[in-house]
Amino acid sequence: MDHFFEKYPLKKPGNLIPLLQDIQEETGYLTDEIIEKVSAHLNIPANRAYGVATFYDQFRFKPRGKYHIRVCRGTSCYLCSSSSYLKEIEKLLKIQAGSVSRDKKFSLEAVSCMGGCSQSPVIRINTTYYHHKSIADLAGIIRSLKEKTE
Amino acid sequence: MPAQDLSGNKAFLIEKIIRNYSGIYDKAVAERVAMIRRDKVSEPVIFIGTGTCGMISGAGATVERTRKYISDNGLTAGIVEVGCNGFCSAEPLLDVQLPGKARISFSNVTENKVDDVLNAVFHHSLQPGQALGQYREHGLEEWPGVPLMDQLPWFRLQQRNILKNAGMISPASIDEYIVRGGYKSLYKTVLNYPADKICAIIEQSGLRGRGGGGFPTGKKWKVALDTAGDQKFLICNADESDPGAFMDRAMIETDPHRVLEGIAIASYATGASQAIIYVRSDYENPLNVLNIAIVQAKEYGMLGENIFGSGFSLSVTIRQGAGAFVCGEETALVTSLEGQRGLPRSKPPYPAEKGLWGQPTVINNVETLANVPGILENGPAWFKSTGTKSSQGTKLYSVAGKSASTGFIEVPMGITFSAIINDIAGGVKEGRSLKAIQLGGPSGVCIPPSQLDTPLDFEALAGIDATLGLGGMIVLDETTCMVNLSRYFMDFLQNESCGKCIPCREGTRKMLDILDSITKRPKEESTHETLERFKGVVQLENLAGVIRDTSLCGLGQNAPNPVLSSLRWFREEFEEHIFDRRCLAGVCHDLRTFFIDVDICNGCNICQKKCPENAIVGSLKMPHFIVESKCTGCGICFDACKFSAIYYK
Repeated sequence: MDHFFEKYPLKKPGNLIPLLQDIQEETGYLTDEIIEKVSAHLNIPANRAYGVATFYDQFRFKPRGKYHIRVCRGTSCYLCSSSSYLKEIEKLLKIQAGSVSRDKKFSLEAVSCMGGCSQSPVIRINTTYYHHKSIADLAGIIRSLKEKTE
Repeated sequence: MPAQDLSGNKAFLIEKIIRNYSGIYDKAVAERVAMIRRDKVSEPVIFIGTGTCGMISGAGATVERTRKYISDNGLTAGIVEVGCNGFCSAEPLLDVQLPGKARISFSNVTENKVDDVLNAVFHHSLQPGQALGQYREHGLEEWPGVPLMDQLPWFRLQQRNILKNAGMISPASIDEYIVRGGYKSLYKTVLNYPADKICAIIEQSGLRGRGGGGFPTGKKWKVALDTAGDQKFLICNADESDPGAFMDRAMIETDPHRVLEGIAIASYATGASQAIIYVRSDYENPLNVLNIAIVQAKEYGMLGENIFGSGFSLSVTIRQGAGAFVCGEETALVTSLEGQRGLPRSKPPYPAEKGLWGQPTVINNVETLANVPGILENGPAWFKSTGTKSSQGTKLYSVAGKSASTGFIEVPMGITFSAIINDIAGGVKEGRSLKAIQLGGPSGVCIPPSQLDTPLDFEALAGIDATLGLGGMIVLDETTCMVNLSRYFMDFLQNESCGKCIPCREGTRKMLDILDSITKRPKEESTHETLERFKGVVQLENLAGVIRDTSLCGLGQNAPNPVLSSLRWFREEFEEHIFDRRCLAGVCHDLRTFFIDVDICNGCNICQKKCPENAIVGSLKMPHFIVESKCTGCGICFDACKFSAIYYK
């Protein structure tokens, strides 16, 4: 954790969010321990740091799966039936949006907008985008990822 | 995208271009400028749109394939990654410029089409209709039979002032921005004008904030300039929290230096020494592009200490928004930057007087700032000459949803909805009919087809109880249910309500409950519950009024907008849901009534076995029947039927 604190040496409360963002970027998610350490570094109460971390959608307290699936639920994607895609994926992976599968292989997230409204519905698995795919095609892609053993 | 190396052009560009007031170059300079501008190329150049929309469409693979094609065929050709030119539904866009010939553009060039397109260009075997269009360039040989880009329906009605460079230049190259007139306005500003003069010029031009409020930008700057403070801040709001709008994202990706120049000028005018760009965290590509652009601008001395030797210094930092819709509201944005939960404060005092850390802070939207360099370059009268009496200049809109073409456009203020939807975007997809246009996202309104001739400016829209918002337009066709859409927006707002004030926190929840009860089947409902539901529906408008009048910030005050406007223009649809329990668009799944087509049903018995309510009767190998009073509309039988014998109304 020290290398993060070196980047933000000042005990300014304004550094709380960037610090948490940097840590999450590396660890993938936040834990209670991280919150405590960060608040000690910035000299603010841990409950305030926790309040901030739970307020924003970006911060996660659950680890990401190996394949992180993001389904856009922006207005344009919603109209192009992104919710059916989400439902289908939930059914296929047997997990709810916002959770991780038991084998830690898949995590599913419904995000508010990825800025690709002109190509809706947009679905992203790790860094690859999928758009204009039929539900069956997408299910096929996920199924093949599911069977992949490495 | 990799940053272009800054080899050797720096001194030339600063001395000969930026510091050259007359704009008249000698021959050697003109030739070098033409090379950087790519008016003249010595070897073929291939441009590929790799903005977010391009990447989603598969531009990454297109770039790889193009690289392979070049090496396989032993060609010497350059590849330039550009931002989107606005025609997002045509992405991935691939342009080719051959020496001496005009730049030609191809649409939807996915990986598998790259070879065909490049073969056609390099072997001069272009099929009619294969190319999207060609750019109008003087002194270069035109491609026969290829339409001009500015004559295509998507571009014809546009007036591209801030999108001038969109899709033309590499966002990773400051040189290309400078040879197209960039950073000249900043130079002029910091060396020739006092800060209050800049505020006056912007006020004269009539520029109004493009983030939704429409407050005169010059006035806001003047307030911040006149307020005493130890350190002033300028914040560029690129959070763009409206899910469904993407102009700011596109603006940054396609021409980041224009935004940076606007930020520098605005900081000078307001006396700010620190500028913060607040970008949505989901916007990975814009973040990359901005980071590269800031490094380059610092290297060239356009940002940093003592800009152009004027004594004005500015540090620019990027802060990632952590994903909260409410942070689009300026006071909430400020609290978020202070490391707290994004809760709004009551206004006044406005941030221009007392903002970040209690200091005068100007918060401007990306598009507002992108307009600034042009106004200083061409004068306020030039800016005023476009648009309507009350709203000057041009405005960016993003068009998405069910329109035939999607993307972002820049049109003069005062253009009608019908010009945008019918002429530019080519109407509704798949020949369906237009139901409404949703303008301004979750806090916005819907516009029915009867109001399509309303001009898009601040005053005319106020006349039909609408606001411009950010300018995100979503086209809705007949398959959209307005009640369901209202419910979607209310669900979104209820989730995003920060919880500070009660009208918004509780009111949106109550409104969502009511909309939920309308779109759901009243299963085992007692008479008392029915009465309650009807009472709730009657109260919807009343409740909306209370939320609008008593909420603390813009999020709450505008939260009832989608419901109120849907109620105003599509009341019959609400009544259909309430009284007839029917959703004609077939979107509200719970309200579907299922039937079995006796001619198709062969009595396989599967639906009967799967029905959780035992609502299907019939014996084996005989057509079955659904008992309507028992059916809950779950749709399991519909999914289970292998013969498509089950249909719904």
